Amino acid sequence: MDWGFITVTLLDGVARGLYFFLVSAGLTLIFSMMGVLNFAHASFFMLGGYFAYIIAQEWGLSFWVALPVVPLVIGAIGMVVERFGLRQVHKFGHVAELIFTFGLAFLVQEFVKLVFGNDTKPYAVPELLKGPLFTIGDQTFGSFRAFMIVVSISIFIGLYLLLTRTRVGMIIQAALTHPNTVSNLGHNVPLIFMAVFGVGTALAALAGVIALPTDALQPGAAARLGPIIFVIIVVGGLGSLSGALFASLIIGVLTTMFDASQLSVISIMEAVANLLGIEWSLLERPTYELRRLMVGDLIMMSTKQVGALFPYLLMVLILIFRPQGLLGKRES
Amino acid sequence: MKKILMAAAAAVFAVSGAAGAETTVKLAFIDALSGPFALTGERGLQNFTFAADYFVNNQGGIDVGGENVKFEILSYDGAEGFPSPKKSVLQAEKALRDGATFILQGNSSGVAAAMTDFVGKNNRRNADNPIVFLNYSAVVPALTNELCNFWHFRFDAHADIKMEALTDVIAANENVNSVYLIGQDYSFGQAVAAGAERMLAAKRPDIEIVGNELHPIGQVQDFTPYARNVKASGADALITGNWGGDMVGLGKAILEADLGIPVYTYYAAADGITGLFGEAGNGVISLVSEGWGANPTEEFQAYHTAFKAQYPDSDINAPRIINAMGMLAQAMQAAGSTDPKSVAYALENMEYDSMLGTKVFMRAEDHQAFQNVYINTHTNEGLPTNSAGAALDYDKSGYGLLATSTVEMASMGIETTCEMKRP
Repeated sequence: MDWGFITVTLLDGVARGLYFFLVSAGLTLIFSMMGVLNFAHASFFMLGGYFAYIIAQEWGLSFWVALPVVPLVIGAIGMVVERFGLRQVHKFGHVAELIFTFGLAFLVQEFVKLVFGNDTKPYAVPELLKGPLFTIGDQTFGSFRAFMIVVSISIFIGLYLLLTRTRVGMIIQAALTHPNTVSNLGHNVPLIFMAVFGVGTALAALAGVIALPTDALQPGAAARLGPIIFVIIVVGGLGSLSGALFASLIIGVLTTMFDASQLSVISIMEAVANLLGIEWSLLERPTYELRRLMVGDLIMMSTKQVGALFPYLLMVLILIFRPQGLLGKRES
Repeated sequence: MKKILMAAAAAVFAVSGAAGAETTVKLAFIDALSGPFALTGERGLQNFTFAADYFVNNQGGIDVGGENVKFEILSYDGAEGFPSPKKSVLQAEKALRDGATFILQGNSSGVAAAMTDFVGKNNRRNADNPIVFLNYSAVVPALTNELCNFWHFRFDAHADIKMEALTDVIAANENVNSVYLIGQDYSFGQAVAAGAERMLAAKRPDIEIVGNELHPIGQVQDFTPYARNVKASGADALITGNWGGDMVGLGKAILEADLGIPVYTYYAAADGITGLFGEAGNGVISLVSEGWGANPTEEFQAYHTAFKAQYPDSDINAPRIINAMGMLAQAMQAAGSTDPKSVAYALENMEYDSMLGTKVFMRAEDHQAFQNVYINTHTNEGLPTNSAGAALDYDKSGYGLLATSTVEMASMGIETTCEMKRP
């Protein structure tokens, strides 16, 4: 493995982590503010991809139209969902809200199937960003992935400034921890909730617009992303934007590294045998014979299998040793 | 007066007699109809429905030993997220209760292995009420070898037959000195990798296998790291058995990485995949499968036209389904009965003239079908047309599969370890 390979793989991981962040940022804000674990959050991500595909490719307008329009439209849909859905259910308690978002996730999935069908849509990278940005060794890094990184970082900076440097941001932060006091001070807390929900879903939609051209745009897209973003907000610390960014990057980079790594039990055995200068006849056998051995699954186990488990393992460890999350402030 | 009455009574009897001899055979289609692999299942169901109508129902039924027989296809979702062996077997039990006598299943060899086991056990316990399993897609060789079963029939060429054809082409290509293998981590993916490794070692021992990777099925978010590894390895060709979403993801990453090497696949076509690859896949993607060949028969051209008229957004993504329905209808007629056991015996050693322009031979030893297998290239040039003059493309993309070489009755004499126990 050479340095070029490691560099581009790291960058791939950063791009992956940053789009995880775009989705989880909204989820963590919504959860910490409203106490609602929004199961439908990843659905807005998927809808973002579909809407962008329709605008950019079916209607023949460009990707650059979809990029600002889709988050606005889906943000508006999000606000409607909050105003006329969640807020109505709110009075019946958190369980009702949870079930509401759970149902909504199914509804969106079935809606997508009904309207767009089960097949994978050929949602493509825009012409301008096709092709590689640079080449290290024989590995290329695509312009589009660089674009994903730039957009996500801009959003993080913008959100961070909004929350820490503006009046609106201060009210939101206050409402995060002391909603009743903020309400007593005369601020319209339900309106803030609605706005936060809208912004959260808009961010998820934006992630869908910029991430799904490199992934598969199909009705399973939400279900595949859903568990990962829950892991991220738990690991990062509920309500912490920086925590979500940090956790997204860790999980994005490490899962990409696991996918790229060729390390397996058998490769370690080979390395050890080489080191000790042992001739081990087992290692000379073809791979398919090794896989058939009684211990085949164990010795063929590679980082690719472990990689899929890693986020969940991390979450369990965090819950045991640091339940408030990496950057979370409160115990809850 | 009496005569007239008798004539009338006779007429009534004749009519009711004919109506009494009307039989509907229920075929249970069990495949993923939800989850990430739903599209493959959905398209399979459309293809079976159309083929059943074409061969049987639209003819006003077929004559089986004096009875007028029609086919009815019942559909069951065999997925719990992913195609699930457990749920598929539960659905098969339900299908039995619903009166089905034939099971149609194909997607995921893991499911097919559970299904053939279930069917075998059920038919031992309920010898009076057996059910036959028509496997249209699950190609792990074990199903017609160590796991073989009298009640299971496979209409697709199995993974080793396809790999024989593929490795012949690869072995003949002197530019290929190293090969990379990527597959899904379950019985089928493992069978493809094993076949490639074994056959390449026999046909071209100088070819080095520079990568041999299995990934969890349906769980990889982004295949870019895999594509980077292929590039870093300097492989001259890539072989993959991936299907469904895993083929889409892998294909995207490979084409994005612009490897510039041929990619040999089992399932990189139709169901959105061909449309997605478009020009980027032109001349890069090869696919081994049964099919209609470079010069389709007039009957198939008409069949395709009619299919497209009924399902304009769908495709004939598994032509072997045509053979499965055609052979089932013919076997019933030959047996003069719709009884599953008699039909199963009639299917054994059947030689069927397919509209796909090939003979299909159902070997009695292991219930494996042998037929022409093609190596196809993903292209938009020189595609054959249907009888309406439309190109035989996929996904309405203008791109499709062009057969570039034909293996007649592929691997006809291939060995089997099957020791068939007949009831």
